[in-house]
Amino acid sequence: MRFVLDAEQRMFAESLDRMLAGSKTPGAVRAWADGDSGPGRALWASIAGAGVFAVAVPEEYGGAGVLPVELVTAVHELGRHAVPGPVVETIAAAALLSRLGDEEWLPRVAGGTAMITLAVPYALDADVADLVLAVSGDELAAAAPGERLTSLDPARRLFRVTPGAVRASGEAVREAAAAAYDLGALACAAQQLGVGRALLDASVEYAGSRHQFGRPIGGFQAVAHHLSSALMALEFARPLVYGAALAYGTAEFARDVSAAKVACAEAAYAVAKTALQVHGAIGYTDEYDPSLWIRKARALHSAWGSPSDHRARLMAAL
Amino acid sequence: MDLDFGPAEEEFRAEVRAWLREHVPAEPLPSLETAEGFAAHRRWEGELSRARLSVVSWPEEYGGRGATPLQWLVFEEEYYAAGAPGRVTQNGINLLAPTLFKHGTPDQLARVLPPMASGEVIWAQAWSEPEAGSDLANLRATATRADGGWLLNGQKTWSSRAAFADRAFGVFRSDPAAERHRGLTYLMFPLDAEGVSVRPIGRLDGKPAFAELFLDEVFVPDEDVIGAPGDGWRVAMSTAGNERGLTLRSPGRFTAAAGRLVELWRERADPADTALRDRVADVWIAARAYRLKGFETISRTDDVGAEASLNKIFWSELDVALHETALDLLGPDGELAGEWLEGYVFSLAGPIYAGTNEIQRNVVAERVLGLPRVR
Repeated sequence: MRFVLDAEQRMFAESLDRMLAGSKTPGAVRAWADGDSGPGRALWASIAGAGVFAVAVPEEYGGAGVLPVELVTAVHELGRHAVPGPVVETIAAAALLSRLGDEEWLPRVAGGTAMITLAVPYALDADVADLVLAVSGDELAAAAPGERLTSLDPARRLFRVTPGAVRASGEAVREAAAAAYDLGALACAAQQLGVGRALLDASVEYAGSRHQFGRPIGGFQAVAHHLSSALMALEFARPLVYGAALAYGTAEFARDVSAAKVACAEAAYAVAKTALQVHGAIGYTDEYDPSLWIRKARALHSAWGSPSDHRARLMAAL
Repeated sequence: MDLDFGPAEEEFRAEVRAWLREHVPAEPLPSLETAEGFAAHRRWEGELSRARLSVVSWPEEYGGRGATPLQWLVFEEEYYAAGAPGRVTQNGINLLAPTLFKHGTPDQLARVLPPMASGEVIWAQAWSEPEAGSDLANLRATATRADGGWLLNGQKTWSSRAAFADRAFGVFRSDPAAERHRGLTYLMFPLDAEGVSVRPIGRLDGKPAFAELFLDEVFVPDEDVIGAPGDGWRVAMSTAGNERGLTLRSPGRFTAAAGRLVELWRERADPADTALRDRVADVWIAARAYRLKGFETISRTDDVGAEASLNKIFWSELDVALHETALDLLGPDGELAGEWLEGYVFSLAGPIYAGTNEIQRNVVAERVLGLPRVR
C-alpha cells in the first residue's frame, strides 16, 4: 500500500501548475465569459499538450489509456487555476464514446483538437464545443445548442439543447452514459477540490497581509479558525477523490464517486464562503479575481449531481 | 499509488479475525467507567495480551509483534468490526508508551511496558490542573528535589479513570524560578503511594469516569523521571503529538461505528426521512475519509507534524455527529441507557480533551497554514 502520489504523478501536477500559473488564467476566464474563446482555446491546447486529455482516452483510440489517478490529479490543477471550458464534459464524453466504439472523435479528444460537451441537463459551452451530445434513455444524439442560460459563474456558458440525429441506441448507450456520469462526477469533484484549494491559498495570503486594529486579521482566532476548518474540509475530501479514482472499474466505483462528490462539493463551497468572509467587501466585487473561483464553487456545487443526489445514490448503494 | 493490502496484512487480518470471533464476549462488558466494568476490561486485556494482540505494534520483547503501521491499522479495523471491548489500557498504550519509546531508559522500558501490555498495571494521566487546562504551561503542582528522588505536591484533575487505575504519569514544576514551559519534569508515580488522595468526579452522566488527585509529599525515585529533569515540556509535547495523530482514535473505530449506524438506519428510519438519511450518508463519508486519510498518513515519508491536529479535530467532530445521528434515529429511545447513549456521552468529551479543538485550530492556523500568532 502506498496511498500518496508517486514521483511521476507529482511531477505531472507540478508541471501543470507551473504552466498554468504562467498563463494568466484569470484573463482567459474573463474573456471566455465575454464570448472571446481565443485565450481559453490556447490554454486548452497547452493542457492537451501536457497530456491531460490523453489520460481519459483508451490506447486503441490514440490516448494513453484511462488513468483515473492522473486524470483527477490533472483536473485538480485545472480547478486551482479556474481553466474555462468543457474540461469535465469532454472527459465524460470520452468515457461515453469509448464504450460505444467511436473512432471519429476520440483521437481528436486525446490530441486536444476536440471540445465535446454533454447535456447534464444543460450543456456547458455548447456554443464553442465541437460536438454537443445528449443522452435520453437508451438513445445518444448529436444536439444543437438552443437557448442560452445565465449561470452564477459567467464563465460557465450553459445552454439548453435540441437533440438531432441519433448516433447510437440500445442498452450499450445506457451503460455508457452511466459510466460517463460516474467519471464526470469524479472529475468535477477533483475540479472542486482545486477550486477550494485556490480559494484557501488566496485567503491565507490575504489574512496574513491585511491589517485591522493594528494586526494582520489572520492573527484573530475568529478568522484563523475559519481557515483551519477550511483546510480540514479539503484535506479530508482529497483522499476520497483518490480512493474513488483507485476504485475505477470496480463495483464500488459509483458509490465511492458519490462519496467524493459530496465531500468535495461541500468542502469547496464552505471554503468559498470562508474566502468571501475573510476577504470582506473586496471579495464581493466582480473585478477582484477571487470572485472567479467563489462563483465557480457555488455553480459546481450542483453540477454533475447535487450533494443530495449523491447522498441518495450512496445510501442506495449501502 | 495504490490501496492494496499485501499478503502479510491479509494473513494477519485473517488471524486477528479468527481469534476475535472466538474470544470477543457475546454480551458487552459493563461500562469501563465503573469499578465492575474496569475490572472486567482489565481481565479482557490479559486475554488479549496472552494472544499477543494487546500491543501489536510494539517490539516483541515488550509483548508486541513488531507490526507495521499498516498491520496496526488492519488490527484496529478487525478489532472494532468485531465489536470488541473498549481499551481500558489506552492512556498507557497511546500516551505513555510512545513517550517511553522516545525518551525512556532501557530499564524503564523493561519495567513499565510488559505489565502495561498485560493490563496488570493500568495508567492514568495527570496533566490538567485547576489553573492549567488549555494553558497547560501554567501548571503549578511541584516536584522538589529530595534524597534519591523527588517530592510531589499539588493538585491534578480530569484524570480519566484514576479512581480505578494503578499508576499515573504527568508533568510537574521542578524549578520554581522558571516560567511557563521551562523548569518542568515528567514523572511516573503510583496512585496508591503515601500522600496521594484520589477523589472520583462524576462525568456528565454521573459515572465516575475521571478524578482529582491531591498530592502531599509523594516520593518518586529518580528512576521514574522520564527524560532529563527540567525537560518535561519537550517530553510531554512528543506525547501530545502522538495523541493527536492516529493512535488515540484509529480509523477502524469509526469505520465500524459508521457501519453500525447504517444498520440502525435500515432498521429504524422512516424511508421518507431524507434529512436523517443524508446525515447518515455524511457520517459514512467522513468515516471513509478518515480511513483513507490514515492510509495516506502511513504512506507519507515526511513528518506529519502539526497536521496531526487536523486529525484530532476531524475525528472528535465526526464522533459527536455519528452519535447524535444515532440518537436521532432512535427517536424516543434516544435518551435511554444503552451502547449508543454511552458512546454519545463519551464522544462529547472528544472536542475537549487531548487539547481542545480551539487550541488545535490555533495550532493548524499557525503551524500548518503559517498565519501570524493567533490570539
